[in-house]
Amino acid sequence: MSKISVANTSQKTPLYDAHLEAGGKIVDFSGWQLPIHYGSQIDEHKAVRTAAGMFDVSHMTVVDVKGGDAQSWLRILLTNDVAKLSDGKALYSCMCNEQGGVLDDLIVYRLSETNYRVIVNSATREKDIAWMQKNKQGDVTIDVPTGLAMIAVQGPKAIAHVDTVVKKMLPDITSEQNLKRFSAKFIGDWFIARTGYTGEDGVEIVLPESSVQALWQALLDDGVRPAGLGARDTLRLEAGMHLYGNDLDEEHSAVECGLAWVVDCDDEQRHFIGREVLEDHKAFGGKFSVTGVVLEGRGVLRSGQVVQLAGQDIGIVTSGTFSPSLQKAIGMIRTSKPMTGSCDVVIRDKPIAARTVALPFIKGGQATFS
Amino acid sequence: MEIPGDLRFTPSHEWVRMNDDGSVTIGISQHAQEQLGDLVYVETPEMDMSCDAEQGVAVVESVKAASDIYSPMKGTIVACNPALADTPELINSDPYGDGWIFTIMPDSLDDYENLMGPDDYQAMTENEG
Repeated sequence: MSKISVANTSQKTPLYDAHLEAGGKIVDFSGWQLPIHYGSQIDEHKAVRTAAGMFDVSHMTVVDVKGGDAQSWLRILLTNDVAKLSDGKALYSCMCNEQGGVLDDLIVYRLSETNYRVIVNSATREKDIAWMQKNKQGDVTIDVPTGLAMIAVQGPKAIAHVDTVVKKMLPDITSEQNLKRFSAKFIGDWFIARTGYTGEDGVEIVLPESSVQALWQALLDDGVRPAGLGARDTLRLEAGMHLYGNDLDEEHSAVECGLAWVVDCDDEQRHFIGREVLEDHKAFGGKFSVTGVVLEGRGVLRSGQVVQLAGQDIGIVTSGTFSPSLQKAIGMIRTSKPMTGSCDVVIRDKPIAARTVALPFIKGGQATFS
Repeated sequence: MEIPGDLRFTPSHEWVRMNDDGSVTIGISQHAQEQLGDLVYVETPEMDMSCDAEQGVAVVESVKAASDIYSPMKGTIVACNPALADTPELINSDPYGDGWIFTIMPDSLDDYENLMGPDDYQAMTENEG
């Protein structure tokens, strides 16, 4: 075999020692030393689909946007419309450039009309913050708090575990625990959001670094299984969720990447960045389309593989993997025209039969196609 | 996991076992399978194919990545592990035994003599971190 990647001198999260203790295989992930798996990526994946798993996502970037013009400014910055949010609600959105190209995908949480929390990708951190600063207008402050860590607890049993652990760790908190899907709130200095990147129920908890090891240990003691970056990737792809850098980039518009549903053009007065191109792509189609694909022949789909129709190149695989839930290779493809039916994917110079399926591949733990 | 003493190793993490009939069997090391993680697909070489030393002849794919497997010496493919088509995870569970990948009949044993012994290989992986 060829290269074996070895962790270098990148940043560690406060849970680094906990990962080693749990048998984590550490890799470099956009400048962070994080576990790819703790022994078996497939077992971790299945734990999240059937019970509960937890991920150290402390590398994610938290950006707090506050001020009298916070809402009106976010309505210009983001393709989705934060005016739809009431207090404590979350929204998935893209942040695009003037050409509609995707700078990042993110989740924005409204705490109040003048207080929003935005969580963006770690690999795009510097670019995102610079873009926000450059485009800032009105009474808005942009703060990137330090000293925070983040754990995602995901799976059908995640909420039950988190309830138990939070009640134990924060006994003074009397606030109502019940958190609806795609909602968030502060409990003390813990920010708890019922969101995630696996297609399962669960929460993402942002909390002070000083408390994160205790939370990790308490979840571990309660039976939550640590899961690594590998499982995170197979889970999100089964759930049809995009990965920035693979399925999303500045060269393709949000619509061309398959995210027309987060481009909200309903309010004609809302002149968000990239609107002209994105509205046009929504109405008339862009140069590319995205769909899911399942490999019928043998092999594994990987990003970069060429997609063919009748021997002609028509696109590429943007994300590909072996799906532990389906026991098949799955991928997301970006093609020069909308695709249905069969196609081929070129694997090591050989065209292998594949068929397109609508995203997601898995919903509620079940395959969405037969 | 103890490395069997009869094995030799390549710098690219293949192990090589000399058989009584002069053929050699190739697999990947315990260290390599650990790094790759759960294996889900193996493409074994074609039977009777001639190969050069350091030629990629097989592919192992984990959930995470694909990796080429190189022939450690010039020769002819004389056997491939048929069990890997349906149970590639044998490479994870028994890398030095049931997880073997292919066997070649080498043209000469010159390259075999240059391979690392278990101690040298172990030292190399420890230096890699």
